[in-house]
Amino acid sequence: MSTPAATARAGAALPVLLAPRGAGDRLTALFWRRPGLLAALLVAPPLLWLAVVYLGSLAALLLQSFYSIDEFSGLVQRDFTLKTWAELFSPANLDIILRTVTMAAAVTLGAAVLAFPIAYFAARHARGRWKALFYLGVMLPLWSSYLVKVYAWKLILAREGIVTWAAEGVGASAVLNAVLALPVIGGNSLSTSYLGTWLVFLYVWLPYMILPMQAALERVPASMLEAAADLGASRWQAFRSVILPLALPGVIAGSIFTFSLTLGDYIIPQIVGTSARFIGQAVYQLQGTAGNVPLAAAFAVVPIVIMLVYLRIARRMGAFDAL
Amino acid sequence: MTLAVEFENVSRHFGAVRAVDGVDMAIPEGAFFAMLGPSGSGKTTCLRLISGFETPTAGTIRIFGQDAGRVPPNRRNVNTVFQDYALFPHMTVQQNVEYGLMVKGIDRRTRARRAGEMLGLVQLDGFGPRRPGELSGGQRQRVALARALVNEPRVLLLDEPLGALDLKLREAMQDELKALQHRLGITFVFVTHDQGEALSMADRVAVFSAGRLVQVGSPAEVYDRPRTRFVADFVGSSNVLPPALAARLGGPAQWASLRPEAVRIVAPGAGRIDGRVVALRFLGAGTRVAVAVAGPAGAPPVVAFAPAGQPPPAEGSPVGLHWADAALHLMEGE
Repeated sequence: MSTPAATARAGAALPVLLAPRGAGDRLTALFWRRPGLLAALLVAPPLLWLAVVYLGSLAALLLQSFYSIDEFSGLVQRDFTLKTWAELFSPANLDIILRTVTMAAAVTLGAAVLAFPIAYFAARHARGRWKALFYLGVMLPLWSSYLVKVYAWKLILAREGIVTWAAEGVGASAVLNAVLALPVIGGNSLSTSYLGTWLVFLYVWLPYMILPMQAALERVPASMLEAAADLGASRWQAFRSVILPLALPGVIAGSIFTFSLTLGDYIIPQIVGTSARFIGQAVYQLQGTAGNVPLAAAFAVVPIVIMLVYLRIARRMGAFDAL
Repeated sequence: MTLAVEFENVSRHFGAVRAVDGVDMAIPEGAFFAMLGPSGSGKTTCLRLISGFETPTAGTIRIFGQDAGRVPPNRRNVNTVFQDYALFPHMTVQQNVEYGLMVKGIDRRTRARRAGEMLGLVQLDGFGPRRPGELSGGQRQRVALARALVNEPRVLLLDEPLGALDLKLREAMQDELKALQHRLGITFVFVTHDQGEALSMADRVAVFSAGRLVQVGSPAEVYDRPRTRFVADFVGSSNVLPPALAARLGGPAQWASLRPEAVRIVAPGAGRIDGRVVALRFLGAGTRVAVAVAGPAGAPPVVAFAPAGQPPPAEGSPVGLHWADAALHLMEGE
């Protein structure tokens, strides 16, 4: 049986294999035969950048920390010495490190507690318009200048600022004063206390905690929570034993952001807070006004080491098991 | 007879959607009860009403006589085997099975012992230290079963329990579930859209359509005497005869069903009606023969089942069809 269409097709049979149409086709053929080649070509430039510019400059930094500064001439002596490192561990400098790490930990903890309900709502309940609103709400603060936001916060937290005014308005001045009277974290006003620094850090880094958390929670199937409840778990037990462990990679990812960003920041503690220095400020002053680049380099290595230790602990806790 | 689960005029509406609409249902203790229906028929919502994931909009749900409508899932001694099994991926098989006992505060030693026993029951001895991710689909289902059964539930709910398994495993699992239910004597309630599964496993079948319960009965009752046209259509490959054709075949002008097995192929003129063979389908145990009969326009062909051992008629040949009076079953036209 041959239909007219079939006869026509048989008459002018199309070729089975087509000749390459130029350089593009030849390249395509090459990439089909060797799939690894395309990947290698794509990844080579960024890898080169990463190796030379990122890791190379880090190595240069590390090297600098083994030089020292001549106390009389103020010049860097390019001889290998551990003098700078010994200086890093002086009580005053250890104080700076401890202060920075404590602040970073406090900011991370605060951000995690504050971000979880928001991320949970967005991942579990928000749909359509609400989801768009969520993304807008989380991202919007990132669109304006960091400096403007920090200075705005200084005004908000200042003694004559809106917080004091609002506290007076609702008759909560006593509460505000009691908070400010707290040892260590309190102070003359919110804008000159550790509490104020913490609040501003929390505000500025919160989106970096919410987004990875939300992504992680979104990947936890809804049936997990139902299964836990079905087996007799209360909401709290289900959260502790199922939701949190499954969302932990997101929590850790978020905490890496908030922790490391706080460790390295030198602007917020300079504008809002006490006059006590953080690592970032120390680095800024040492390499600028003081001209002590070796000690600045040694200081800059500290956050890197802290982060490596932190990641190791997170890994031990099984944070990356579910990846 | 004690009733494990009782629905009294239960409705669950989601806005304008009436997922479950005025269902009355009684599940006796110890039954292997199937809720059968197409997707969106309300069977899964009924299951979720029993487990407590949904709250009825109206009506009363009783579990062993106690009003359960507002009791949260964690306070019901009812456990579920989820469709996707919902095993906790960050726990080992052993921890998964122990979970229900752990949240109830049962000591470590008892937990380990009972979880071990359950894994033995579902033939997964020695799988305790593994993670769910390392198991096959069939093994995961057994873990899900053990995880539910270790709590000694009064009712076990299974949501499309065999849906994710391949054919061979599905058949083996059907037998196994049946044997397990028999041995434990626990009331099993399962949801399925596969009528074969419902008829072969359950001792009671409830057929759902559009949020309503259409018929409840033993598999034989539902299969042989479908109450409505929908049940006949959905439950089996029965002949569903429109009123005009039923009248033409010697019955009243009413919707009727006629089982292919009840139709005998005879010589032309020797049966109740004559026709011409239009299609043959070999089914192993016999051949399904579709016969176009002279009748009202647009009437479907009548299907007969020719058992193996007798050669089926050739396609296009004229045949006669015969059946016993009782074989023509009348039903409602819904």
